Amino acid sequence: MPGSRFVIATVLSLAASITHAAAQGVLTIYTYESFTAEWGPGPAVEQAFEAQCGGCDLRFVSVADGVALLNRVRIEGEATKADIVLGLDTNLTTEAAATGLFARHDQDVSKVTVPGGWTDRTFLPFDHGWFAVVYDTQAMANPPRSLKELVEGDPDQKIVIQDPRSSTPGLGLLLWVRHVYGNDAADAWRKLSRRVLTVTPGWSEAYGLFTQGEAPMVLSYTTSPAYHMIAEGTERYQAAAFAEGHYQQIEVAAQTVAGKRNPLAAQFLAFMLTPAFQDHIAEKNWMLPAAATSAPLNPVFDRLVKPETSLLFSPDEVAANRARWIEEWLGAFGR
Amino acid sequence: MTSTKAHVPAARPSAVHAPAIAVLIVAGGGVALALAALAAAGLQSGGAFIAAFDGVMGRAVRFTLWQAALSTVLSVVPALLVARALHAHPAFPGRGLLLRLFALPLALPALIAALGLLALLGRNGLLADGLTALTGARWPGIYGLEGILIAHVFFNLPLAARFFLVALEAVPANQWRNARQLGLPPLALFRLVEWPALRAAMPGVALMVFLLCATSFTLVLILGGGPQATTIEVAVYQALRFDFDPARAAALALLQLAAAITLGVLVARVPMPVTPFGATRHTRARPSMGETLMHATALGLAAVLVAAPVLAVLLRGATAPLRTLLADPAVINAALTSLAVALSAALLAVGAAVALLSARTPMIMMLAAAGGGGVLFAASPVVLGAGWFLALRPLVDPFEAAPFIVVFANALLALPFALRLLAPGWRASQLRHDRLAASLGLAGWRRLTIVEGRALARPLVAALMLAGLLSLGDLGVIALFGSDAVQTLPALLHARLGSYRTDDAAGLAFLLTLGCLVLLWLADRFSDGALR
Repeated sequence: MPGSRFVIATVLSLAASITHAAAQGVLTIYTYESFTAEWGPGPAVEQAFEAQCGGCDLRFVSVADGVALLNRVRIEGEATKADIVLGLDTNLTTEAAATGLFARHDQDVSKVTVPGGWTDRTFLPFDHGWFAVVYDTQAMANPPRSLKELVEGDPDQKIVIQDPRSSTPGLGLLLWVRHVYGNDAADAWRKLSRRVLTVTPGWSEAYGLFTQGEAPMVLSYTTSPAYHMIAEGTERYQAAAFAEGHYQQIEVAAQTVAGKRNPLAAQFLAFMLTPAFQDHIAEKNWMLPAAATSAPLNPVFDRLVKPETSLLFSPDEVAANRARWIEEWLGAFGR
Repeated sequence: MTSTKAHVPAARPSAVHAPAIAVLIVAGGGVALALAALAAAGLQSGGAFIAAFDGVMGRAVRFTLWQAALSTVLSVVPALLVARALHAHPAFPGRGLLLRLFALPLALPALIAALGLLALLGRNGLLADGLTALTGARWPGIYGLEGILIAHVFFNLPLAARFFLVALEAVPANQWRNARQLGLPPLALFRLVEWPALRAAMPGVALMVFLLCATSFTLVLILGGGPQATTIEVAVYQALRFDFDPARAAALALLQLAAAITLGVLVARVPMPVTPFGATRHTRARPSMGETLMHATALGLAAVLVAAPVLAVLLRGATAPLRTLLADPAVINAALTSLAVALSAALLAVGAAVALLSARTPMIMMLAAAGGGGVLFAASPVVLGAGWFLALRPLVDPFEAAPFIVVFANALLALPFALRLLAPGWRASQLRHDRLAASLGLAGWRRLTIVEGRALARPLVAALMLAGLLSLGDLGVIALFGSDAVQTLPALLHARLGSYRTDDAAGLAFLLTLGCLVLLWLADRFSDGALR
């Protein structure tokens, strides 16, 4: 019943505010759901941080994904309870910075090992990865070896991609094609569209269609095969290495303006770039660490595609051109 | 007014207006508040309303209307045949199961239904090899307009058939008796008895299906094959989610709502069926062999259409680690949350429907008829949720209120279903019992519980069930901004799928489907065959 639920909710929030006051200190981190899931890095990260902060309490609040994360902070505005927001990517940071809700960090960025280096003074990477076309070795003997081969290949060999208007990997492919083809991107999309089985709203739907055998290729990450090899013990799904290089995704965290007043926030950002945090990224978030780990990664990660060239637009370029490039993409599909 | 004229109170007995007006104010106010909050937020941030209507939008509008119109025709016309068959054969074995099955698509998240359909008709589906051999070319799957249409028919044909069945059951017994005594041939029976009842229900049902298909989002994206298949709803979602442009979302939502209200007003001019209430069992003449064959074909095809994808979902999930899932606290928690949301939303929706039906002012009846046609769907849960979040922001922490927002949005969207299921019997009962109730001095709440509550127990349970199932399958307005306070079963399913855990997701789809079937069976038992 709504009534009794409301009473329960009130009691719970009262109880929460009492314990809030009693605790040594509370650090509230907004992040996405797969980070805090029981198999994600969240639980281990929480334990490791609480062990070294001297009786503090780390609390995660989780939302669906990075875009939902930014929207939640935008809706809450200055009243946000987040000290730290963890899980945006570089395609969102210009808009995130424009809200004025995020504060600069004072961390030593030389610890960041992300290819291409790091200079941003507000957002700090916690992991990264490359987009890749993942293919089913049982359905495809000769995967494309370049973006060009993907674009110009046999239209009967299909790929499932995501919509750049609603999905991060979808936007990633849009930027990848744009980076490689420049002003000829529209032509490339017109050709590629013949190979596209369908365009799904998010990564989950696309990957679901792919594992159901609907298409031999899907847009995903170079690290996707690691999951299948480690968690499922199968080598069936592999990523195709592309000659032009792979578009990069860098996931970042930042403290909010309110969070800067909480000494635990800066402490956590420093912790984030230590092995105590980074050790949990590879096999729990299925991304690559953004700083040193205490031991080498599972050997399976050595067998993944390692792009020689990382492609990445600056956050400002993305923010300035995204709408136009999406229009161009729509036009190419409209035929 | 003096009270000397005894027939005056009898003419308009116990017409209770206050709750109906309250419902209209809350429902209409809720929609208006959401749109106003979005528009205000957009104006503050300097968003451009005009930018919402460009060339791409024009294409989206055309495609939305085109696919919705086709989906409606393909769902509603066969539904007429299915409903007739169900009505003509009130007691064949498996009929109860079939009706339960017909309620099931409502509860299935769109993604699961799409995967179920593709497991059969996809490029790698069960039937792909046969279809390849049959057509001589590699079966391309059902990506494109045809996929969208098949999925919409899967969702809406059973729904429309149920509503038409309700309409046929409200035909008074004496009409069937007369027809039997006159020995009317099937065609004449259809023209003189069945068609008038079906025709009266038609505009409302068709409008409802049309609007459900017009605001369809996930199915269109997954099965559409590319951005050339884009509905307005996709643009609304994009505006709210990726661009965070509330003004554009409000403009698009207003466009949708204006179109729906126009259609709704047109439909509301066709009066809701008002027929004397009749006991309907075994009053129709036994159909001939030829007719029975036709009915069996219609029912068989409809059963395959609905059962095959559901079976595909069940088969895929049966191999999942079900025991582990059932012992998982996150799963139990999500199941309980889903149940709580569904039950609260269903009670609110049915309560609101009863309030609207208890009032008899022509204006309220017209608004209720428009509501019964589903005008509220056009407001879309995403828009409602987003608007309410923004509107509540200065008052409370909207994320604390998230459970209530989810329940309220779902209740609003379930209201048309409840109205449509309850209206025919309700009007009939009102007419039939007015004199008796007046003579016994029964009015208001007492009359409601003693008279309508008993006479209409079966449709009431059916309405609760349908409204609840609808809310169960909803991914929730929360998906847009996120709140871990309301983790429903479909949301958990999406989360598992989003972390490579496809087996878990298949298992959850299995549990959700089976759980709904059990709930439907319980409701049947509870209400003595309410859905039969």
